[in-house]
Amino acid sequence: MAFVQNVPFLCIMVSMVSAVISSMVPARIARWWTVFLSALVAALNVWLLTFLLQTNESYTYMMGHFPAPWGNELRVGILEALMTIVFSITILASALGGMDKQQSQISRPKQNLFSVMLDLILAGMISMLYTNDLFTGYVFIEIMTLASCVLIMARQNGRTMVSATRYMIMSLLGSGLITIAITITYSLTGHLLMENIHESMAALHASGEYEVPITVVVGLFFVGIGIKSALFPFHTWLADAYSYSTPSASSILSSVVSKTYIFLLIKILYRTIGFEIIQENRVLQIMFVFGIVAMMAGSIDAIGSNDLRRMCAFSSVAQIGYIYAGMGLKLEAGFVAALYHMLVHSLAKSSMFIAASALSDVSGDSKRFSDLRGAGYRHKMAGVCFSVSAMSIVGIPPLGGFISKLYFGQAAFAYGGAHQWIMLLALAVSSLLNVLYFMRTVITLYRPPRSDFQLPEHRPSRRADIAMCMMTAANLLAGFLAQPIVDLISRGLAMFV
Amino acid sequence: MENFWQVMNQHLDEIVAVILFGVGFTTLLLHRNLIKKILGLNIMDTAVYLFLASLGYVEGRTAPILTDGITSAEKYINPVPSGLVLTGIVVSVSVSALMLALTIRLYRRYHTLDFDQITLMMKGEDD
Repeated sequence: MAFVQNVPFLCIMVSMVSAVISSMVPARIARWWTVFLSALVAALNVWLLTFLLQTNESYTYMMGHFPAPWGNELRVGILEALMTIVFSITILASALGGMDKQQSQISRPKQNLFSVMLDLILAGMISMLYTNDLFTGYVFIEIMTLASCVLIMARQNGRTMVSATRYMIMSLLGSGLITIAITITYSLTGHLLMENIHESMAALHASGEYEVPITVVVGLFFVGIGIKSALFPFHTWLADAYSYSTPSASSILSSVVSKTYIFLLIKILYRTIGFEIIQENRVLQIMFVFGIVAMMAGSIDAIGSNDLRRMCAFSSVAQIGYIYAGMGLKLEAGFVAALYHMLVHSLAKSSMFIAASALSDVSGDSKRFSDLRGAGYRHKMAGVCFSVSAMSIVGIPPLGGFISKLYFGQAAFAYGGAHQWIMLLALAVSSLLNVLYFMRTVITLYRPPRSDFQLPEHRPSRRADIAMCMMTAANLLAGFLAQPIVDLISRGLAMFV
Repeated sequence: MENFWQVMNQHLDEIVAVILFGVGFTTLLLHRNLIKKILGLNIMDTAVYLFLASLGYVEGRTAPILTDGITSAEKYINPVPSGLVLTGIVVSVSVSALMLALTIRLYRRYHTLDFDQITLMMKGEDD
């Protein structure tokens, strides 16, 4: 066994241990350690990815001393490694970009806790991406939920406390559904490891038994994870949580946490239950409908909000809708498009949240559009980064958002029938709505400020600038290198089964 | 009718577990009082553990701990569900602790446990 194969395990362990140590060292060191740690995770996973590309096969990694049907396992493939790289870069940028705010907005004794939570989110993210065991997945879902709740309420005011409570309540409902789904899966198949469940599920499916329970399991997993990843009707906790917490918290929540849950759902649908069974299942039709509704409703809410960060939050709801609608097409092409969209959106949203906080800094700490007039001139870098991310999400070529919409459209064409027209129409209308609210924002940023406007005192944050530039560059790169990335995703999906 | 009672009798644990799950779920979702929400959360989690524990238990067998040299698997129950229950309990304890801590925070700030009222008060305040 090559040493590089230990990378996933090492990454999880190092992040967990760092979380413990971060609570004891001075806050400054803990903050920088998180940045360094996510860079380390990204670098190690690049190494792992090159190894996987050479061998061109996935492998399972035994945790502990018990072999397959009993013990716990990690499973490592191209797709998992790629996702880990992108998400850890996103965490790096969010931690770096929000570092100054973290210092000023969080009370002194709580500073370390914030870094601890970031490390835990990193650990949870890596384990959820790599795990091959359903119950381990559940445990890390809970760890991530707890950590994200603390991230939301780290900046203490009434709004964050209420939205953290609301987040917890919704998340716990979701976790309840996920546990009962895991329990039913266990009682149907007698296994917790994904491959073994898949074998039993295939046998059950062939014999035609237990069709209803399997549908129930798929439905429970979908609703549970849908609640946690803020799919449309379950998104009530999201707006306040994203708009009043610290910039690193909102950027990580929107771009890493919700996407990791969706990746776990893809793993459950695609690998655990099995693509053949899923394709015949009605639940994915429902997923498609929910996705389409979310695409519209999120955009409409975004148009109605007069607050920059709230608008970004609602735009996330719409983008999550794209991902679910793509998965609901029940085609491999739909899943590829959804995965690519996850990557692109996580890059764009994180830079957008950091830029939004920099823009409100130069506008007297206000997020209202009326105060933000001319902010693009006062903070040129943030203005440019925000505009590029907005253009990517709207779908202007050659940026990533355009490519993912292209793939969604192609997947819809491949599916044919009524779905094709619904999906294409939804894509068109939703893009139009995106243009409406994002272009309105960009125009506001470059309008001359009100005559009585006085530049407020503010300290520019060089770290936020670096983080923004990094994410914008990554976003551009994801657009230019779309073909290789999509090839990687398809290869990873082929390895998945 | 007789068939119905037979099924009820055979799957009593599972039926009770699912009913309890429903009770807990609706309490957590719909109740306005935060403490009762937390109670609902715990009822919901316990229902899942009941489901799991009843899955793993076989009448007349014991826990798989070798004391008197019996190595036949026929004599023991499946230990995995019990392990899952233990893990689940740890998770639910930590989640309840966090929820209680949040509730204390909210009570200190708004002097009520009614979540709807808290939301109203929050919307009224400036930030």
